[in-house]
Amino acid sequence: MIIHSLTFYMFAAVAVASGVMVISARNPVHSVLFLILAFFNSAALFVLMGAEFLAMVLVVVYVGAVAVLFLFVVMMLDINFREMRHGALQYLPIGGLVGIVLLAELVLVFGSWAVAPEAADVATIPTPDPTVVTNTHALGSVLYTRFVYLFQAAGMILLVAMVGAIVLTLRQRDGLRRQSIAEQNARRKSDTIEVVKVPSRGGV
Amino acid sequence: MNPLLADYLPILIFLGIAVGVAAAAILASLILARQKPDSEKLSAYECGFEAFSDTRGRFDVRFYLVAILFIIFDLEVAFLFPWAISLGTIGMLGFWSMVAFLGILTIGFVYEWKKGALEWE
Amino acid sequence: MNPMPASEAMVFSPAVPEIFLACAAMALLMIGVFRRSDESRTLSTLSVATLAIAFVLVVIFGREPARAFEGLFIVDQFAVFMKALVLIGSASAIVLAVRFNANEGLDRFEYPVIVVLATLGMMMMISANDFIALYLGLELQSLSLYVLAAFRRDSVRSTEAGLKYFVLGALSSGLLLYGASLIYGFAGSTGFDALARVLAAGAPESTWIGVVFGLVFVSAGLAFKVSAVPFHMWTPDVYEGAPTPVTAFFAVAPKVAAVALFLRVLTGPFGPLVADWQQVIVVISVGSMLIGAFAAIVQTNIKRLMAYSSIGHVGYAFVGLAAGTEAGVRGVLIYMAIYLFMNLGTFACILCMRQNGRMVEDIEDLAGLSKTHPMVAAAMGTFMFSMAGIPPLAGFFGKVYVFLPAIEAGLVTLAVIGVLTSVVSCFYYLRIVKIMYFDEVVEPFDRPIGREVGAILWATGLVILLFIVYPAPILAPATTAAASLFGG
Repeated sequence: MIIHSLTFYMFAAVAVASGVMVISARNPVHSVLFLILAFFNSAALFVLMGAEFLAMVLVVVYVGAVAVLFLFVVMMLDINFREMRHGALQYLPIGGLVGIVLLAELVLVFGSWAVAPEAADVATIPTPDPTVVTNTHALGSVLYTRFVYLFQAAGMILLVAMVGAIVLTLRQRDGLRRQSIAEQNARRKSDTIEVVKVPSRGGV
Repeated sequence: MNPLLADYLPILIFLGIAVGVAAAAILASLILARQKPDSEKLSAYECGFEAFSDTRGRFDVRFYLVAILFIIFDLEVAFLFPWAISLGTIGMLGFWSMVAFLGILTIGFVYEWKKGALEWE
Repeated sequence: MNPMPASEAMVFSPAVPEIFLACAAMALLMIGVFRRSDESRTLSTLSVATLAIAFVLVVIFGREPARAFEGLFIVDQFAVFMKALVLIGSASAIVLAVRFNANEGLDRFEYPVIVVLATLGMMMMISANDFIALYLGLELQSLSLYVLAAFRRDSVRSTEAGLKYFVLGALSSGLLLYGASLIYGFAGSTGFDALARVLAAGAPESTWIGVVFGLVFVSAGLAFKVSAVPFHMWTPDVYEGAPTPVTAFFAVAPKVAAVALFLRVLTGPFGPLVADWQQVIVVISVGSMLIGAFAAIVQTNIKRLMAYSSIGHVGYAFVGLAAGTEAGVRGVLIYMAIYLFMNLGTFACILCMRQNGRMVEDIEDLAGLSKTHPMVAAAMGTFMFSMAGIPPLAGFFGKVYVFLPAIEAGLVTLAVIGVLTSVVSCFYYLRIVKIMYFDEVVEPFDRPIGREVGAILWATGLVILLFIVYPAPILAPATTAAASLFGG
């Protein structure tokens, strides 16, 4: 148990520290790298809670794809981050206020409010014991059958995202010569080369 | 200790060793090597000239398009893991619902292919 | 593990209209991309036909109240009524766009397809019987709308509209999710049926605070989507920046869908908490009516004016919701139906505002419209009088049907504020009529206005004019719809 708590505190501390570094690092590329570190530590925290699937998805999707997109943006976009950061301090009081309100709410939520006694009875699907059924398996056994509607809806959302990204960013440039392999292969000597008898001194 | 977490113990040990080795390498170079810091060592040097401009330039939006499409398919793959594990218990409905899901995304894939979003011109 | 054999509990049939719409949208996308032409008239026609078929399916499969997908999806008379309104709004948005897009160089086949996908999202929202289903429907709709707002991607204003809408919309989705998870934590379920059971059982006071907290966040997220005060800031900029047919679409369909969500969530699972949410709705309603009435006065751009006008109308509709009674909900339904037709008509008029092949958007450009386009001016005048709530027109009855239940429920002050703000709003509606009829022509609008726009003008104009003599097509379904929300 002591190892469990120690690992928890280690990952939690690194996660919080890298979260602070994300917003305070001078170089935006470093910010993104710290963000990746924060994602990794959160994934480790998920593992400690027994939520393996979430941990893996966090690594695959957030570290593998989202963070890479962020890196793309900060490395390639021509934004003056120093200028953007300038004046961020003047929003500190209001940001801090919002943060304190949210914190107070969280404290209230966990501190003084009780969960409805009926809540356990209406829970649609009780969480299975993670030692018997892994949570990826538990998820899989309901997501594709009981929640097929939600699953397909998620598919439609991804489709819209795909269409939207293309509609908004893809530009067909005119006047470009594209390679057409089929056309290249279909070329025959007779189509392109013409043998001409040139009379001497006559020119073509 | 929770048997689930015990499965992850090797990874924890691995992490510990990795951090230890990395820290040792840095510390060793700090302690053992001779340190002669000089501002010239850090200055930008480009074929004998000072750097002309910022390295950040505006890039073609296509890079982002490719990255966004990658994220979408990455998410799709994330849905495949639980399905693969539980395929034995979810029956035909479970199987066909994944086929339908992949069908929806294939429609999207055909769309982007025909649109030429995957071509680099 | 596997609680019940899937095949038994799975019922698909109530969701046939949605399944059809999803398949049709994908088919349309494929047709569009394989035709290799950006000309959108054919696809627009097909999309309108798709929506018409979906309308028929909604009516056929909505006869009996039913649940599908293990209670995630619900169909009742209320859903049928709201879906019918959304389908009318979406089809009109496609029809209005055909000529506009061709003229403005926006002729791309994706437009009707994305509208169909957004409609699918709205229908899923209306039929949602679970917070997760609600959220997925909402995201499908919102994502499509972000794309539509930025559809004119070469224009800075359109891009700005899309970006602003996206950032604020994502924030509101976050609020909604936070609220939904609080509710899930304290009441133990995301399903509306189960929530209704828990809350009706009269949980201890302490639990209710947690649930009410969640409910406030959910309301905030939804208020964003209907652009009610204090979450209205995005509306004028987005309405102004988006292409005009898209603005017309924004002003009608998503609003109807989000109001439907409000009605279903608040009167369904949270019916027992009426005393708690009533105050929130009253505040939102008063704020929206005041901003809608006063901020619109200083506008010079007609699309911005319509944005503030729509904020005001949401405020009026919420007067009925604040009553929390069946009559009040019926009022909201009637109001939204009439609002839909008034807005479609007005935007059809705005689409006629074209000088020398260029769209104009200033209110001053309407000067002397009665001399150059008497029919358009007469239609616009009708819609303005109706929006202002001048008696024999439909808009007046819409207001009556929401104010009366509020007075019966004891919310006299709210109703009085409603009447006063509608008097204030008369000023800017009637100013448009004055500019059209009494000012001198500066530069006439182009002719002809186009067959599609003309047809929409005629249809909506007739609905608004004839409501007084033949109100049954709106009143009767609205009555049964409201009853189904309370009875079922």
